[in-house]
Amino acid sequence: MEKRNLTCIVCPMGCSLEVTLENGVVSAVTGNTCPRGDAYARAECTHPTRVLTTTVRVSGGVKPLVSVKSAGAIPKEDLFAAMEQINAMTIPAPVQLGQVLIPDLCGSGISLIATGAVEQKGN
Amino acid sequence: MKQVDLVIIGGGPAGMAAALGAYRKGVRNLLILDREQQLGGILEQCIHNGFGLHHFKEELTGPEYAARYAEEVKENGIPYLLDTMVLDLSQAADGSGDKIVTAVSSQEGYLQLRAKAVVLAMGCRERPRGALNIAGTRPAGIYTAGAAQKFVNLKGYMPGKEVVILGSGDIGLIMARRMTLEGAKVRAVCELMPYSGGLTRNIVQCLEDFGIPLKLSHTVVKIHGRERLEGVTIAAVDASRKPVPGSEEFIPCDTLLLSVGLIPENELSRAAGVEMDAVTGGARVDQNRQTSIPGVFACGNVLHVHDLVDYVSEEAELAGSCAAEYLMDAAVNAECWEVSARDGVRYVVPQCVRKDADKPFSLYFRVGDVYKDVRIVVKCGEKVLLSRAKKKVAPGEMECLPLNAQVLEQIDGDLTVCLEQKGAE
Repeated sequence: MEKRNLTCIVCPMGCSLEVTLENGVVSAVTGNTCPRGDAYARAECTHPTRVLTTTVRVSGGVKPLVSVKSAGAIPKEDLFAAMEQINAMTIPAPVQLGQVLIPDLCGSGISLIATGAVEQKGN
Repeated sequence: MKQVDLVIIGGGPAGMAAALGAYRKGVRNLLILDREQQLGGILEQCIHNGFGLHHFKEELTGPEYAARYAEEVKENGIPYLLDTMVLDLSQAADGSGDKIVTAVSSQEGYLQLRAKAVVLAMGCRERPRGALNIAGTRPAGIYTAGAAQKFVNLKGYMPGKEVVILGSGDIGLIMARRMTLEGAKVRAVCELMPYSGGLTRNIVQCLEDFGIPLKLSHTVVKIHGRERLEGVTIAAVDASRKPVPGSEEFIPCDTLLLSVGLIPENELSRAAGVEMDAVTGGARVDQNRQTSIPGVFACGNVLHVHDLVDYVSEEAELAGSCAAEYLMDAAVNAECWEVSARDGVRYVVPQCVRKDADKPFSLYFRVGDVYKDVRIVVKCGEKVLLSRAKKKVAPGEMECLPLNAQVLEQIDGDLTVCLEQKGAE
Protein backbone atom coordinates (compact mmCIF):
# COMPACT_ATOMS: atom_id res chain seq x y z
CA MET A 1 0.00 0.00 0.00
CA GLU A 2 1.32 3.40 -0.99
CA LYS A 3 0.14 6.84 0.19
CA ARG A 4 0.53 10.00 -1.85
CA ASN A 5 -0.15 13.59 -0.79
CA LEU A 6 -1.50 15.96 -3.42
CA THR A 7 -2.87 19.48 -3.52
CA CYS A 8 -6.09 19.60 -5.45
CA ILE A 9 -5.91 22.11 -8.32
CA VAL A 10 -9.53 21.96 -9.42
CA CYS A 11 -10.47 25.17 -7.63
CA PRO A 12 -8.75 27.91 -5.60
CA MET A 13 -9.55 26.15 -2.30
CA GLY A 14 -6.57 23.86 -2.90
CA CYS A 15 -7.62 20.98 -0.62
CA SER A 16 -4.83 18.73 0.69
CA LEU A 17 -5.57 15.24 -0.56
CA GLU A 18 -4.26 11.91 0.62
CA VAL A 19 -4.47 9.14 -1.91
CA THR A 20 -4.09 5.48 -1.04
CA LEU A 21 -2.79 3.30 -3.86
CA GLU A 22 -2.79 -0.47 -3.87
CA ASN A 23 -0.66 -2.03 -6.62
CA GLY A 24 -0.89 1.22 -8.57
CA VAL A 25 -4.68 1.36 -8.29
CA VAL A 26 -6.32 4.15 -6.30
CA SER A 27 -8.27 2.57 -3.45
CA ALA A 28 -9.15 5.67 -1.38
CA VAL A 29 -9.05 9.47 -1.52
CA THR A 30 -9.41 11.58 1.62
CA GLY A 31 -9.18 15.32 2.32
CA ASN A 32 -11.31 16.38 -0.63
CA THR A 33 -14.35 18.55 0.06
CA CYS A 34 -16.17 17.83 -3.21
CA PRO A 35 -16.47 15.00 -5.77
CA ARG A 36 -14.25 16.87 -8.23
CA GLY A 37 -11.34 16.48 -5.78
CA ASP A 38 -11.84 12.72 -5.79
CA ALA A 39 -11.85 12.61 -9.58
CA TYR A 40 -8.76 14.84 -9.74
CA ALA A 41 -6.81 12.64 -7.32
CA ARG A 42 -7.67 9.49 -9.25
CA ALA A 43 -6.69 11.03 -12.60
CA GLU A 44 -3.50 12.58 -11.16
CA CYS A 45 -2.26 9.21 -9.90
CA THR A 46 -3.07 7.31 -13.07
CA HIS A 47 -3.11 9.69 -16.02
CA PRO A 48 -2.67 13.39 -15.14
CA THR A 49 -4.52 15.89 -17.31
CA ARG A 50 -4.69 19.70 -17.48
CA VAL A 51 -6.92 22.33 -19.03
CA LEU A 52 -4.78 24.42 -21.41
CA THR A 53 -5.37 28.16 -21.70
CA THR A 54 -3.46 30.23 -24.25
CA THR A 55 -4.05 32.59 -27.18
CA VAL A 56 -4.51 32.24 -30.94
CA ARG A 57 -3.40 34.81 -33.51
CA VAL A 58 -6.23 36.67 -35.24
CA SER A 59 -6.00 38.34 -38.66
CA GLY A 60 -8.08 41.35 -39.65
CA GLY A 61 -9.42 41.89 -36.14
CA VAL A 62 -9.51 44.84 -33.76
CA LYS A 63 -7.21 42.82 -31.51
CA PRO A 64 -4.20 40.71 -32.58
CA LEU A 65 -5.08 37.73 -30.37
CA VAL A 66 -8.04 35.86 -28.97
CA SER A 67 -7.88 33.97 -25.68
CA VAL A 68 -8.68 30.24 -25.88
CA LYS A 69 -9.02 27.16 -23.68
CA SER A 70 -9.24 23.45 -24.19
CA ALA A 71 -12.89 22.53 -23.65
CA GLY A 72 -11.77 19.84 -21.24
CA ALA A 73 -8.57 18.55 -19.66
CA ILE A 74 -6.00 17.08 -22.05
CA PRO A 75 -3.15 14.69 -21.14
CA LYS A 76 -0.42 16.64 -19.33
CA GLU A 77 2.30 15.26 -21.58
CA ASP A 78 0.53 16.70 -24.65
CA LEU A 79 0.60 20.33 -23.43
CA PHE A 80 3.62 21.38 -25.51
CA ALA A 81 2.48 19.52 -28.64
CA ALA A 82 -0.87 21.29 -28.28
CA MET A 83 0.89 24.66 -27.94
CA GLU A 84 2.76 23.94 -31.17
CA GLN A 85 -0.47 23.09 -33.00
CA ILE A 86 -2.17 26.24 -31.62
CA ASN A 87 0.72 28.60 -32.36
CA ALA A 88 0.88 27.39 -35.97
CA MET A 89 -2.59 28.74 -36.73
CA THR A 90 -4.12 32.14 -37.47
CA ILE A 91 -7.88 32.69 -37.32
CA PRO A 92 -9.61 35.35 -39.43
CA ALA A 93 -11.81 37.83 -37.53
CA PRO A 94 -14.58 37.93 -36.41
CA VAL A 95 -14.20 35.38 -33.63
CA GLN A 96 -17.13 34.66 -31.30
CA LEU A 97 -16.91 33.69 -27.66
CA GLY A 98 -17.31 29.91 -27.48
CA GLN A 99 -16.38 29.37 -31.14
CA VAL A 100 -14.60 26.06 -31.78
CA LEU A 101 -11.19 26.84 -33.31
CA ILE A 102 -9.71 23.31 -33.32
CA PRO A 103 -12.18 20.40 -33.11
CA ASP A 104 -9.62 17.84 -31.94
CA LEU A 105 -6.56 19.12 -30.06
CA CYS A 106 -3.57 16.80 -30.57
CA GLY A 107 -5.74 13.75 -31.03
CA SER A 108 -7.16 14.12 -27.52
CA GLY A 109 -10.71 14.42 -28.80
CA ILE A 110 -10.96 17.69 -26.85
CA SER A 111 -11.72 20.88 -28.77
CA LEU A 112 -10.10 24.29 -28.48
CA ILE A 113 -12.62 27.09 -27.97
CA ALA A 114 -12.41 30.88 -27.90
CA THR A 115 -12.89 32.44 -24.45
CA GLY A 116 -13.11 35.94 -25.86
CA ALA A 117 -14.48 37.67 -28.93
CA VAL A 118 -12.67 39.71 -31.58
CA GLU A 119 -14.58 41.95 -33.96
CA GLN A 120 -13.52 42.57 -37.52
CA LYS A 121 -11.47 45.70 -38.10
CA GLY A 122 -13.39 48.60 -39.57
CA ASN A 123 -16.79 47.31 -38.48
CA MET B 1 -23.19 70.11 -15.72
CA LYS B 2 -24.68 66.67 -16.29
CA GLN B 3 -26.52 65.30 -13.26
CA VAL B 4 -26.18 61.59 -12.47
CA ASP B 5 -27.46 59.72 -9.43
CA LEU B 6 -24.57 57.28 -9.30
CA VAL B 7 -21.17 57.36 -10.99
CA ILE B 8 -19.06 54.20 -10.87
CA ILE B 9 -15.37 54.79 -11.43
CA GLY B 10 -13.92 51.68 -13.06
CA GLY B 11 -15.55 49.10 -15.35
CA GLY B 12 -13.73 45.99 -14.16
CA PRO B 13 -15.33 43.18 -12.16
CA ALA B 14 -15.93 45.51 -9.18
CA GLY B 15 -17.42 48.36 -11.21
CA MET B 16 -19.72 46.09 -13.23
CA ALA B 17 -21.00 44.21 -10.16
CA ALA B 18 -21.53 47.49 -8.29
CA ALA B 19 -23.52 48.89 -11.22
CA LEU B 20 -25.67 45.75 -11.34
CA GLY B 21 -26.15 45.84 -7.56
CA ALA B 22 -27.42 49.42 -7.78
CA TYR B 23 -29.52 48.67 -10.87
CA ARG B 24 -31.27 45.79 -9.13
CA LYS B 25 -32.20 48.21 -6.33
CA GLY B 26 -33.87 50.50 -8.82
CA VAL B 27 -31.15 53.02 -9.71
CA ARG B 28 -31.54 53.94 -13.38
CA ASN B 29 -29.62 57.19 -13.74
CA LEU B 30 -26.15 55.71 -13.35
CA LEU B 31 -22.94 55.69 -15.38
CA ILE B 32 -19.82 53.52 -15.43
CA LEU B 33 -16.58 55.23 -16.45
CA ASP B 34 -13.54 53.25 -17.57
CA ARG B 35 -10.21 54.22 -19.12
CA GLU B 36 -9.92 51.07 -21.26
CA GLN B 37 -11.65 50.42 -24.59
CA GLN B 38 -13.83 47.66 -23.14
CA LEU B 39 -15.45 46.64 -19.90
CA GLY B 40 -13.73 43.90 -17.93
CA GLY B 41 -10.66 45.52 -16.41
CA ILE B 42 -7.69 43.29 -15.65
CA LEU B 43 -9.72 40.10 -16.33
CA GLU B 44 -9.16 40.61 -20.08
CA GLN B 45 -5.52 39.64 -19.70
CA CYS B 46 -6.11 36.88 -17.11
CA ILE B 47 -6.71 34.20 -19.74
CA HIS B 48 -6.11 31.31 -17.30
CA ASN B 49 -9.00 29.48 -15.68
CA GLY B 50 -10.16 29.22 -12.09
CA PHE B 51 -12.55 32.16 -12.00
CA GLY B 52 -16.20 31.97 -11.03
CA LEU B 53 -16.30 28.73 -9.03
CA HIS B 54 -18.05 30.43 -6.11
CA HIS B 55 -20.23 32.78 -8.08
CA PHE B 56 -21.18 30.85 -11.22
CA LYS B 57 -20.44 27.34 -9.85
CA GLU B 58 -18.28 26.61 -12.87
CA GLU B 59 -14.70 27.19 -13.84
CA LEU B 60 -14.25 30.12 -16.20
CA THR B 61 -11.31 32.01 -17.65
CA GLY B 62 -10.93 35.72 -16.86
CA PRO B 63 -12.35 36.97 -20.18
CA GLU B 64 -15.34 34.62 -19.86
CA TYR B 65 -16.05 35.81 -16.31
CA ALA B 66 -15.86 39.44 -17.46
CA ALA B 67 -18.08 38.72 -20.47
CA ARG B 68 -20.86 37.34 -18.25
CA TYR B 69 -20.99 40.60 -16.31
CA ALA B 70 -20.51 42.81 -19.37
CA GLU B 71 -23.44 41.06 -21.06
CA GLU B 72 -25.64 41.64 -18.03
CA VAL B 73 -24.63 45.32 -17.96
CA LYS B 74 -25.49 45.65 -21.65
CA GLU B 75 -28.74 43.66 -21.43
CA ASN B 76 -29.98 45.96 -18.68
CA GLY B 77 -29.00 49.01 -20.67
CA ILE B 78 -26.71 50.33 -17.94
CA PRO B 79 -24.80 53.21 -19.56
CA TYR B 80 -21.02 53.17 -19.64
CA LEU B 81 -18.42 55.44 -21.12
CA LEU B 82 -15.13 53.86 -22.23
CA ASP B 83 -11.78 55.41 -23.11
CA THR B 84 -12.53 57.80 -20.29
CA MET B 85 -10.02 58.69 -17.60
CA VAL B 86 -11.30 60.19 -14.37
CA LEU B 87 -8.94 62.94 -13.25
CA ASP B 88 -10.58 64.24 -10.13
CA LEU B 89 -13.24 63.55 -7.56
CA SER B 90 -14.35 66.32 -5.23
CA GLN B 91 -17.30 67.44 -3.15
CA ALA B 92 -19.58 70.16 -4.50
CA ALA B 93 -18.86 73.53 -2.89
CA ASP B 94 -22.54 74.28 -2.31
CA GLY B 95 -22.86 71.93 0.66
CA SER B 96 -25.41 69.76 -1.15
CA GLY B 97 -23.36 66.63 -0.54
CA ASP B 98 -23.09 66.07 -4.29
CA LYS B 99 -19.81 64.91 -5.80
CA ILE B 100 -18.11 66.38 -8.84
CA VAL B 101 -16.41 63.86 -11.12
CA THR B 102 -14.00 65.34 -13.67
CA ALA B 103 -12.86 63.15 -16.56
CA VAL B 104 -11.44 63.27 -20.06
CA SER B 105 -12.96 61.07 -22.70
CA SER B 106 -12.06 60.43 -26.34
CA GLN B 107 -15.75 60.74 -27.15
CA GLU B 108 -16.88 63.58 -24.86
CA GLY B 109 -13.67 65.51 -24.35
CA TYR B 110 -13.42 67.28 -20.99
CA LEU B 111 -16.30 66.06 -18.91
CA GLN B 112 -17.77 67.09 -15.56
CA LEU B 113 -20.51 65.15 -13.84
CA ARG B 114 -22.46 66.01 -10.74
CA ALA B 115 -23.27 62.79 -8.86
CA LYS B 116 -25.29 62.15 -5.72
CA ALA B 117 -23.23 59.04 -5.00
CA VAL B 118 -19.99 57.53 -6.28
CA VAL B 119 -18.62 53.99 -6.17
CA LEU B 120 -14.82 53.76 -6.28
CA ALA B 121 -13.85 50.65 -8.26
CA MET B 122 -10.46 51.57 -9.72
CA GLY B 123 -8.68 48.35 -8.81
CA CYS B 124 -5.00 48.14 -8.01
CA ARG B 125 -1.63 48.28 -9.70
CA GLU B 126 1.66 46.48 -9.27
CA ARG B 127 4.59 47.46 -7.09
CA PRO B 128 7.38 48.42 -9.50
CA ARG B 129 11.14 47.87 -9.37
CA GLY B 130 11.62 51.35 -7.94
CA ALA B 131 9.84 50.29 -4.76
CA LEU B 132 12.33 47.48 -4.12
CA ASN B 133 15.76 49.16 -4.13
CA ILE B 134 17.52 46.35 -6.02
CA ALA B 135 21.15 47.32 -6.68
CA GLY B 136 22.63 47.29 -10.17
CA THR B 137 22.15 48.75 -13.61
CA ARG B 138 18.89 49.71 -15.26
CA PRO B 139 18.74 47.64 -18.45
CA ALA B 140 15.73 46.67 -20.56
CA GLY B 141 14.11 43.35 -19.72
CA ILE B 142 12.67 44.10 -16.28
CA TYR B 143 8.88 44.02 -16.16
CA THR B 144 6.17 43.67 -13.60
CA ALA B 145 4.48 40.29 -14.07
CA GLY B 146 1.23 41.98 -15.05
CA ALA B 147 2.91 44.09 -17.73
CA ALA B 148 4.47 40.93 -19.17
CA GLN B 149 1.06 39.27 -19.00
CA LYS B 150 -0.42 42.11 -21.03
CA PHE B 151 2.36 41.83 -23.66
CA VAL B 152 1.97 38.06 -24.02
CA ASN B 153 -1.80 37.65 -23.71
CA LEU B 154 -3.15 40.80 -25.34
CA LYS B 155 -0.41 42.02 -27.70
CA GLY B 156 1.31 38.79 -28.69
CA TYR B 157 4.85 39.86 -27.77
CA MET B 158 7.24 37.73 -25.75
CA PRO B 159 9.22 39.83 -23.25
CA GLY B 160 12.21 37.43 -23.34
CA LYS B 161 13.55 33.91 -23.49
CA GLU B 162 15.36 33.26 -20.20
CA VAL B 163 13.37 34.37 -17.23
CA VAL B 164 13.78 34.83 -13.48
CA ILE B 165 10.70 35.76 -11.48
CA LEU B 166 10.94 37.63 -8.20
CA GLY B 167 7.94 37.13 -5.95
CA SER B 168 5.64 34.14 -5.78
CA GLY B 169 2.29 35.92 -5.79
CA ASP B 170 -0.32 34.40 -8.05
CA ILE B 171 0.47 36.61 -11.04
CA GLY B 172 4.14 35.59 -10.85
CA LEU B 173 3.22 31.91 -10.70
CA ILE B 174 0.70 32.19 -13.53
CA MET B 175 3.30 33.99 -15.67
CA ALA B 176 5.92 31.31 -14.95
CA ARG B 177 3.61 28.79 -16.61
CA ARG B 178 2.54 31.13 -19.39
CA MET B 179 6.12 32.02 -20.38
CA THR B 180 7.08 28.33 -20.27
CA LEU B 181 4.17 27.30 -22.51
CA GLU B 182 5.19 30.01 -24.99
CA GLY B 183 8.71 28.62 -25.17
CA ALA B 184 10.68 30.62 -22.61
CA LYS B 185 12.88 28.99 -19.99
CA VAL B 186 11.94 30.08 -16.48
CA ARG B 187 15.10 29.57 -14.42
CA ALA B 188 13.67 30.20 -10.98
CA VAL B 189 11.00 31.89 -8.93
CA CYS B 190 12.51 33.64 -5.89
CA GLU B 191 10.43 34.45 -2.84
CA LEU B 192 11.72 36.67 -0.04
CA MET B 193 9.43 35.09 2.54
CA PRO B 194 9.75 31.49 3.80
CA TYR B 195 6.33 30.77 2.25
CA SER B 196 4.66 31.59 -1.05
CA GLY B 197 2.15 34.40 -1.31
CA GLY B 198 0.26 32.50 -4.00
CA LEU B 199 -2.37 29.78 -3.90
CA THR B 200 -1.02 26.26 -3.38
CA ARG B 201 -2.81 25.06 -6.51
CA ASN B 202 -0.80 27.55 -8.54
CA ILE B 203 2.48 26.27 -7.11
CA VAL B 204 1.43 22.78 -8.21
CA GLN B 205 0.08 23.56 -11.68
CA CYS B 206 2.37 26.46 -12.63
CA LEU B 207 5.73 25.48 -11.11
CA GLU B 208 5.82 21.77 -10.18
CA ASP B 209 4.17 20.72 -13.46
CA PHE B 210 7.06 22.30 -15.37
CA GLY B 211 9.90 21.62 -12.97
CA ILE B 212 10.44 25.31 -12.19
CA PRO B 213 12.35 25.74 -8.92
CA LEU B 214 10.72 27.83 -6.19
CA LYS B 215 13.43 29.36 -4.04
CA LEU B 216 11.87 30.40 -0.76
CA SER B 217 13.75 32.87 1.48
CA HIS B 218 15.66 34.12 -1.57
CA THR B 219 15.78 37.49 -3.25
CA VAL B 220 17.46 39.28 -6.15
CA VAL B 221 20.36 41.34 -4.81
CA LYS B 222 21.88 42.59 -8.05
CA ILE B 223 20.88 43.28 -11.62
CA HIS B 224 23.48 42.88 -14.42
CA GLY B 225 23.63 44.19 -17.99
CA ARG B 226 23.88 47.58 -19.70
CA GLU B 227 21.41 47.74 -22.59
CA ARG B 228 19.63 44.45 -21.95
CA LEU B 229 19.44 42.41 -18.78
CA GLU B 230 22.22 39.79 -18.76
CA GLY B 231 21.54 38.15 -15.45
CA VAL B 232 20.67 38.57 -11.80
CA THR B 233 22.45 37.70 -8.60
CA ILE B 234 20.18 36.02 -6.12
CA ALA B 235 20.94 35.31 -2.47
CA ALA B 236 19.36 33.50 0.45
CA VAL B 237 17.94 35.73 3.18
CA ASP B 238 17.97 35.20 6.94
CA ALA B 239 15.05 35.42 9.34
CA SER B 240 15.20 39.23 9.27
CA ARG B 241 15.11 39.07 5.44
CA LYS B 242 18.71 40.30 5.06
CA PRO B 243 20.85 38.61 2.35
CA VAL B 244 23.19 35.96 3.76
CA PRO B 245 26.81 36.73 2.69
CA GLY B 246 28.34 33.93 0.66
CA SER B 247 25.00 32.58 -0.55
CA GLU B 248 25.02 34.65 -3.75
CA GLU B 249 24.38 32.86 -7.03
CA PHE B 250 24.48 34.36 -10.54
CA ILE B 251 21.65 33.31 -12.85
CA PRO B 252 22.00 34.33 -16.51
CA CYS B 253 18.71 35.63 -17.89
CA ASP B 254 17.36 38.28 -20.27
CA THR B 255 14.13 38.93 -18.40
CA LEU B 256 13.20 39.60 -14.79
CA LEU B 257 9.54 39.60 -13.86
CA LEU B 258 8.44 41.24 -10.62
CA SER B 259 5.43 39.90 -8.76
CA VAL B 260 6.02 41.74 -5.52
CA GLY B 261 2.69 43.04 -4.41
CA LEU B 262 -0.31 45.05 -5.48
CA ILE B 263 -1.22 48.56 -4.40
CA PRO B 264 -4.82 49.83 -4.47
CA GLU B 265 -5.00 52.73 -6.91
CA ASN B 266 -6.36 55.46 -4.68
CA GLU B 267 -5.06 58.77 -6.03
CA LEU B 268 -8.65 59.93 -6.67
CA SER B 269 -9.85 58.82 -3.24
CA ARG B 270 -6.99 60.60 -1.44
CA ALA B 271 -7.47 63.80 -3.41
CA ALA B 272 -11.17 63.70 -2.54
CA GLY B 273 -10.28 63.51 1.15
CA VAL B 274 -11.42 59.94 1.80
CA GLU B 275 -9.96 58.60 5.04
CA MET B 276 -7.49 55.78 4.28
CA ASP B 277 -6.36 52.60 6.04
CA ALA B 278 -2.55 52.54 6.13
CA VAL B 279 -2.42 48.71 6.12
CA THR B 280 -4.78 47.92 3.24
CA GLY B 281 -3.85 51.00 1.22
CA GLY B 282 -7.57 51.44 0.63
CA ALA B 283 -10.33 53.53 2.13
CA ARG B 284 -11.71 52.95 5.61
CA VAL B 285 -15.27 51.70 5.15
CA ASP B 286 -18.28 50.57 7.16
CA GLN B 287 -20.06 47.27 6.52
CA ASN B 288 -21.93 48.87 3.60
CA ARG B 289 -18.56 49.78 2.01
CA GLN B 290 -19.26 53.47 2.56
CA THR B 291 -16.12 55.57 3.06
CA SER B 292 -15.65 58.50 5.44
CA ILE B 293 -17.38 60.71 2.84
CA PRO B 294 -21.15 60.00 2.88
CA GLY B 295 -22.25 58.78 -0.54
CA VAL B 296 -18.78 57.62 -1.58
CA PHE B 297 -18.43 53.84 -1.58
CA ALA B 298 -15.45 51.63 -2.37
CA CYS B 299 -15.19 47.98 -3.41
CA GLY B 300 -12.89 45.45 -5.03
CA ASN B 301 -9.13 45.77 -5.20
CA VAL B 302 -9.19 49.53 -4.72
CA LEU B 303 -10.49 48.82 -1.21
CA HIS B 304 -8.23 45.89 -0.36
CA VAL B 305 -6.46 43.40 -2.59
CA HIS B 306 -8.53 40.24 -3.03
CA ASP B 307 -7.37 36.73 -4.01
CA LEU B 308 -10.52 35.75 -5.87
CA VAL B 309 -12.62 37.78 -8.26
CA ASP B 310 -15.72 36.03 -6.92
CA TYR B 311 -15.27 37.90 -3.64
CA VAL B 312 -14.71 41.15 -5.53
CA SER B 313 -18.05 40.70 -7.28
CA GLU B 314 -19.78 39.90 -4.01
CA GLU B 315 -18.35 42.95 -2.27
CA ALA B 316 -19.07 45.23 -5.22
CA GLU B 317 -22.67 44.07 -5.49
CA LEU B 318 -23.05 44.95 -1.80
CA ALA B 319 -21.45 48.39 -2.30
CA GLY B 320 -23.69 49.06 -5.30
CA SER B 321 -26.89 48.09 -3.51
CA CYS B 322 -25.89 50.14 -0.44
CA ALA B 323 -25.21 53.11 -2.72
CA ALA B 324 -28.76 52.66 -4.01
CA GLU B 325 -30.07 52.71 -0.45
CA TYR B 326 -28.06 55.85 0.23
CA LEU B 327 -29.70 57.52 -2.78
CA MET B 328 -33.12 56.73 -1.33
CA ASP B 329 -32.27 57.97 2.16
CA ALA B 330 -29.27 60.28 1.91
CA ALA B 331 -29.75 61.83 5.34
CA VAL B 332 -28.48 58.79 7.19
CA ASN B 333 -25.13 59.45 8.76
CA ALA B 334 -24.94 56.86 11.49
CA GLU B 335 -22.45 56.48 14.30
CA CYS B 336 -20.10 53.53 14.11
CA TRP B 337 -18.29 51.01 16.26
CA GLU B 338 -14.63 50.54 15.35
CA VAL B 339 -13.36 47.16 14.10
CA SER B 340 -9.67 46.56 14.74
CA ALA B 341 -7.11 43.85 13.99
CA ARG B 342 -4.93 42.37 16.78
CA ASP B 343 -2.56 39.53 17.60
CA GLY B 344 -1.61 38.09 14.24
CA VAL B 345 -4.44 39.68 12.25
CA ARG B 346 -3.06 42.34 9.93
CA TYR B 347 -6.23 44.12 8.87
CA VAL B 348 -10.00 43.79 8.85
CA VAL B 349 -12.50 45.11 6.31
CA PRO B 350 -14.87 46.75 7.18
CA GLN B 351 -12.91 48.98 9.56
CA CYS B 352 -16.09 50.11 11.31
CA VAL B 353 -19.66 48.92 11.75
CA ARG B 354 -22.70 51.16 11.90
CA LYS B 355 -24.46 51.06 15.25
CA ASP B 356 -27.77 50.66 13.42
CA ALA B 357 -26.54 47.61 11.47
CA ASP B 358 -29.48 45.25 11.11
CA LYS B 359 -28.42 42.94 8.29
CA PRO B 360 -25.88 40.12 8.63
CA PHE B 361 -22.48 40.94 7.14
CA SER B 362 -19.00 39.42 6.93
CA LEU B 363 -15.61 40.45 8.22
CA TYR B 364 -12.77 39.99 5.72
CA PHE B 365 -9.21 39.89 6.97
CA ARG B 366 -5.67 38.72 6.41
CA VAL B 367 -3.14 37.36 8.90
CA GLY B 368 0.45 38.59 9.07
CA ASP B 369 2.24 35.22 9.03
CA VAL B 370 1.61 31.50 8.52
CA TYR B 371 -0.06 30.03 11.64
CA LYS B 372 -1.16 26.47 12.31
CA ASP B 373 -3.92 25.25 14.63
CA VAL B 374 -5.27 28.61 15.65
CA ARG B 375 -8.59 30.03 16.61
CA ILE B 376 -9.97 33.13 14.95
CA VAL B 377 -11.77 35.13 17.62
CA VAL B 378 -14.08 38.10 17.25
CA LYS B 379 -14.54 40.04 20.48
CA CYS B 380 -16.70 42.93 21.54
CA GLY B 381 -14.83 44.34 24.51
CA GLU B 382 -14.04 41.19 26.56
CA LYS B 383 -17.07 39.33 25.22
CA VAL B 384 -16.33 36.62 22.63
CA LEU B 385 -18.83 36.93 19.78
CA LEU B 386 -17.44 34.25 17.54
CA SER B 387 -14.59 31.77 17.63
CA ARG B 388 -13.60 29.49 14.81
CA ALA B 389 -10.83 26.90 14.68
CA LYS B 390 -8.54 26.88 11.63
CA LYS B 391 -5.94 24.26 10.72
CA LYS B 392 -3.85 26.77 8.84
CA VAL B 393 -3.99 30.47 8.00
CA ALA B 394 -1.59 32.27 5.65
CA PRO B 395 -1.15 35.88 4.50
CA GLY B 396 -1.83 34.84 0.91
CA GLU B 397 -5.36 33.70 1.69
CA MET B 398 -8.06 36.15 2.69
CA GLU B 399 -10.29 34.91 5.49
CA CYS B 400 -13.99 35.60 5.77
CA LEU B 401 -16.12 35.47 8.91
CA PRO B 402 -19.87 35.88 8.44
CA LEU B 403 -21.64 37.54 11.38
CA ASN B 404 -25.25 36.40 11.62
CA ALA B 405 -28.21 38.21 13.15
CA GLN B 406 -27.64 36.59 16.55
CA VAL B 407 -24.05 37.84 16.72
CA LEU B 408 -25.17 41.23 15.45
CA GLU B 409 -27.54 41.64 18.40
CA GLN B 410 -24.69 41.24 20.85
CA ILE B 411 -22.60 44.09 19.43
CA ASP B 412 -22.57 46.95 21.92
CA GLY B 413 -19.05 48.29 21.53
CA ASP B 414 -15.90 48.26 19.41
CA LEU B 415 -14.92 44.94 17.83
CA THR B 416 -11.53 43.26 17.64
CA VAL B 417 -10.49 40.30 15.50
CA CYS B 418 -7.49 38.31 16.75
CA LEU B 419 -5.81 34.91 16.58
CA GLU B 420 -5.48 32.66 19.62
CA GLN B 421 -3.45 29.47 19.92
CA LYS B 422 -5.82 26.53 19.88
CA GLY B 423 -6.48 25.12 23.31
CA ALA B 424 -5.71 28.45 24.97
CA GLU B 425 -9.34 28.86 25.96
